[in-house]
Amino acid sequence: MAKKLNIKEKYRLLTRDLDWEFSYQDRKKAFPYEEFEGIKITDWSKWEDPFRLTMDSYWKYQAEKEKKLYAIFDAFQQNNGHLNVSDPRYVNALKVFLTGVSPLEYQAYQGFAHVGRQFGGVGARVACQMQAIDELRHVQTQIHAMSHYNKYFDGLQEFSHMHDRVWYLSVPKSFFNDARAAGPFEFMIAIGFSFEYVLTNLLFVPFMSGAAHNGDMATVTFGFSAQSDEARHMTLGLEVIKFLLEQHEDNVPIVQKWIDKWFWRGTRLLTIVAMMMDYMLPNKVMSWKEAWEVYFEEAGGALFKDLARYGIRMPKYSDVIEKEKEHLSHQAWWTFYTHGHAAGFHTWIPTDEELDWLSEKYPDTFDKYYRPRWELAKELEAKGERFYTSGLPQLCQTCQIPMLFTEMDNPGEICYRDHVHEGERYHFCSDGCHDIFVDEPEKYVQAWLPVHQILQGNCGGPGVEEVLSEYYRMNLGVDNMDMKGSPDEKRWKQWKGVA
Amino acid sequence: MPVQAINDNYQGEVLDAKANFAGNVIIYFGWDEHLMFCAPKAFPLPPQMTFADVISQIMPEAFGQHPEFNEIDWSQAQWQLDRRPISPKPEQTLAELGADHKSCFRLRTPGLTGYKGMGI
Repeated sequence: MAKKLNIKEKYRLLTRDLDWEFSYQDRKKAFPYEEFEGIKITDWSKWEDPFRLTMDSYWKYQAEKEKKLYAIFDAFQQNNGHLNVSDPRYVNALKVFLTGVSPLEYQAYQGFAHVGRQFGGVGARVACQMQAIDELRHVQTQIHAMSHYNKYFDGLQEFSHMHDRVWYLSVPKSFFNDARAAGPFEFMIAIGFSFEYVLTNLLFVPFMSGAAHNGDMATVTFGFSAQSDEARHMTLGLEVIKFLLEQHEDNVPIVQKWIDKWFWRGTRLLTIVAMMMDYMLPNKVMSWKEAWEVYFEEAGGALFKDLARYGIRMPKYSDVIEKEKEHLSHQAWWTFYTHGHAAGFHTWIPTDEELDWLSEKYPDTFDKYYRPRWELAKELEAKGERFYTSGLPQLCQTCQIPMLFTEMDNPGEICYRDHVHEGERYHFCSDGCHDIFVDEPEKYVQAWLPVHQILQGNCGGPGVEEVLSEYYRMNLGVDNMDMKGSPDEKRWKQWKGVA
Repeated sequence: MPVQAINDNYQGEVLDAKANFAGNVIIYFGWDEHLMFCAPKAFPLPPQMTFADVISQIMPEAFGQHPEFNEIDWSQAQWQLDRRPISPKPEQTLAELGADHKSCFRLRTPGLTGYKGMGI
């Protein structure tokens, strides 16, 4: 009988030794994506594997986690766990998550599977392949965690159909499409480093704590089960950036450009998380501003200090980003509230206690700029004229978010930027989005902007109602509109025995 | 470089080209100091539409929900087109004003500064 391999030998055989030399094929043809981005790799053997995990132990470890996770999902369903959430409004945060975020896990799977084939270094390939499988597991476990809610609440039933079509879901979808349409190294800086290493904490930590604070055990359990995967993803993101910066000094300006781009795109994407934290969690965890300070300014700031020795500086527009933490969530929730007829979830006016909490958390901005909007909304609602805005909004060509962001030095004024490329005018919500476009216009002229697609007649119609019900598959009057008077609210009251 | 692509001379398809809007052009309208409307709005309009028709047909659809809308004195309204100040005459068409596909109008209404004067 052969001697049992020790862990180190097994690791070597199952990762590095999987590679081979090309004797009769051109290596460049085998890895066609490796050079066009301008990144110079002089020696793949310098890649340090960010974690030492072989496939066989990976399967064993994941299977154990899966068993525990599904045991809890079963218990959650059998005990009608949905009745334990703090307030039925909470479930709307899950609707945003399932339609907007879970499909990104699937895109992450596709992206990592691609780069897990295309990198010339075997260590990087194996790490990316494992992350690809993780991401596939995440989308599946999220769908399973939320399937129980789908039996009792509206708006969760068509999440994947909606992800590909609904106006606000083009924001997360196009973010990932942009990353996946880039070369493999940019993808890794975009998703592996900027998103997974730095920004994901702002998505998962507050969201999972939010689930815990609001009695949602299914989501909390999913979060815990994903945590050890996320830890691996973060070490991969960090290894990628260090490796690229150490391989060749010519890589530094390219990596810096990608950091500038993807931090900006990431903060735009996280606007929706800001809104979920400040407005959609009935039991609050912390404000978006506080989360931003802890997870980006402190943790991210320390990281960029470490990277300074490679010649990397803080992302461009960090000064604008710092000011935006005071405004993002309020501007976003007002947008969804006023477009509540076109959203696949319910919106509402914050309660008086919530308005006071926002004043306390945002002493410099809330009362001055945002509380009056809610006073106006309340007046209109009291008159029986709950405000749903008419028409379709102008969108940013790059992030695809409606042009809702204001000048940060004048928060009473919409930020308008535009650029003419080959005779065609394009509009942007910010200098950050403008610069990204100008750097690669041939990429972003192709943006599938939902408003323009509707106006071209590509989304059914002729009216907005047909677009919403037939093309988006929203159940009008059921999935959308205000929380007040919704079927979700009525059912909840019946279950709880309140009038 | 207009795009970082693996193929030389890669060109993207302009998805929102004027030709795709059946003779109309997309025109955006924003009303400064009225953030009750979270963003400017987009309309497909014929380039021959007169500014008088923009005022009488498009403005109510875009901004008629605002409590101040009926107080607007259109003779005093200040306009910008693609960041340049303009003084449109009612009989001028969008094309004559220099508005083309994806042009953006900004409206300012002196004396009207939104709900409770708060820019909303």
